[in-house]
Amino acid sequence: MKKPIPWLLSAPALCLFATLLITPLLLTAVLSFNGFDYATGVKEGEYTLAQYTHLFSDSYYLGIFWRTFWVAGLTTLICMVVGAPQAYVLSRMGSPWRSILLLVVLAPLLVSVVVRAFGWSMLLGPEGLINQALMALGLGRVKLLYTEAAVVIALVHVMLPFMVIPVWTSLQKLDPSVEHAAASLQASPFSIVRRIVLPQVMPGILSGSLIVFGLSASSFAIPGLLGGRRLKMVATIVYDEYLHELNWPQGAAVALTLLVANLIVMLSYNRLVERRYQKALG
Amino acid sequence: MSFLQLHALCKNYGATRAVSDLNLSVEQGEFVSLLGPSGCGKTTTLQMIAGIEAVSSGRIVLDGQDITHTKTSSRGLGIVFQTYALFPHMTVAENVGFGLEMRHCPKAERDQRVAEALALVRLDQHGQRYPRQLSGGQRQRVALARALVIRPPVLLLDEPLSNLDAKLREEMQFELRRIQRQVGTTTVMVTHDQSEALSVSDRVVVMEAGRITQVDHPEAVYEHPGNRFIATFVGKANLIPAQVVAGEHGPEISLGPLQLAVPGLRQTPGTGVLVGLRPEKLRLCAPGQGRLSGRVLERFFLGSQWLYRLNSPLGELLLLAPNDGGDTLAVGADAGIDWPLHVTRVLDTTGVAAALHATEALA
Repeated sequence: MKKPIPWLLSAPALCLFATLLITPLLLTAVLSFNGFDYATGVKEGEYTLAQYTHLFSDSYYLGIFWRTFWVAGLTTLICMVVGAPQAYVLSRMGSPWRSILLLVVLAPLLVSVVVRAFGWSMLLGPEGLINQALMALGLGRVKLLYTEAAVVIALVHVMLPFMVIPVWTSLQKLDPSVEHAAASLQASPFSIVRRIVLPQVMPGILSGSLIVFGLSASSFAIPGLLGGRRLKMVATIVYDEYLHELNWPQGAAVALTLLVANLIVMLSYNRLVERRYQKALG
Repeated sequence: MSFLQLHALCKNYGATRAVSDLNLSVEQGEFVSLLGPSGCGKTTTLQMIAGIEAVSSGRIVLDGQDITHTKTSSRGLGIVFQTYALFPHMTVAENVGFGLEMRHCPKAERDQRVAEALALVRLDQHGQRYPRQLSGGQRQRVALARALVIRPPVLLLDEPLSNLDAKLREEMQFELRRIQRQVGTTTVMVTHDQSEALSVSDRVVVMEAGRITQVDHPEAVYEHPGNRFIATFVGKANLIPAQVVAGEHGPEISLGPLQLAVPGLRQTPGTGVLVGLRPEKLRLCAPGQGRLSGRVLERFFLGSQWLYRLNSPLGELLLLAPNDGGDTLAVGADAGIDWPLHVTRVLDTTGVAAALHATEALA
């Protein structure tokens, strides 16, 4: 090595990654190929594809994967539609409101996801505030808790800061006179946003949606608490396989499949969007 | 009837007044520069004309129509921003064509006009590039083409050359003037660079602390500065305190050991004034000759000129001598300092209005 200093400086981080991320991941990968028997447990030294064939042939698992991805996709879409304009409005605000409202956006991050999930379950429950309001209006009770809707609502709430922050960052890089320039060329406010602002904050929206999608697809606490025992998502069934079925290899196979599927979705999305904007934004 | 008129224009930011009571008329086809140090309100004035800043009081009239409260997008003025404000995600041609697209100009005509505008700024080969692939000077010209392609009644330039390096800036000054002459668009430029203002404008508006202190042709602003500030801000000047005294044929100036019968002197005897002498108007001559004797304290070689700092009975004086290949004076050398009487400028020590008065007297 010609330059040892950069390597030395990154050594602590590399060690951390190697021991805490790469090693468990490799162990999980090996585990997912190990044989399993309900009577004797994991058969070390014996390798099989049984877990994967089981996974891909069982519509139960495929259904859960499908649900996980559309819930994550929908969450991402809502975060995009809500978060990008929110960041734009925030960046246009004067002080002190801008700082105050930015803090409001970020405040949920200070509260544990579990606490927030319980908060939502109190709001969405059969006797919760929303149903009480609906009853008072004479509209009757609606089943919200333990549905996909509850999971999506809570996920959007949890993920929104992860969309607002990257979009906010790319808005900060925007030259404010660009909008004035567009206005002087007789662009309407709508055209300014659509033709000038939006294309320039696309990288922010892209990275925000990647973060939101990745975190949503692998989220555990929200679907676990608001989806209930019957509405399963991939992360919750990994937990079930490990701790209820005690079928570790099957759990490892599901977890690894989720990781790979997530990577494929995110990378192809990234390539798709980036190819479109890369030329213009460099 | 002037083409663009600003009537008693004011801009307040809370209690502070950025622009106060500004009156200005710009004729059609004229190139006017707002010149002043930073914070003098020149950019605010431009932004009020552009519609980016709201007007606190006063009126803006364009071609007989009151546009004081018209939105930027309805004014249709061409603006070149200091940062150029190009759309980074669009090609040069798309940038230039954007204004036409917003005006629903048909595609064929749009392409034609974009090509014309790019040819005007000599960028016809660069239509398909992106702004980040261009140099500073090229970006500047794209911004100019984008503002001109919509054929605006008035072109507004906000410090258009300040982001360019010295050599390019000089080239662009003449380029800007050529383009403006060619299209004949009424132009208002904001600048803090006096040489830029003097070299390209038909008229220079000097601003100071939110007010106009002098409006004149470039030569007049330079030769007859209205006050002390203008004399030092526009070019260099030796300013020497002096007294008006009664002479044989009317008032004269008592300047150190000298008594000068400056023509057209209006001030009454007994008034304190400032005498302004431009360094390049002073001449070196043999020791013992000329109006004053001096000794060289320092000298700087500027290429085409020598700048001398001289000690004289009037205090330190700056003198610019052309580098004509003749002898130069070494540090410590004695010399005579001379100047023709008619280049002596007399400024009131205080008061903008009085200074303007003095300018008239000298003009």
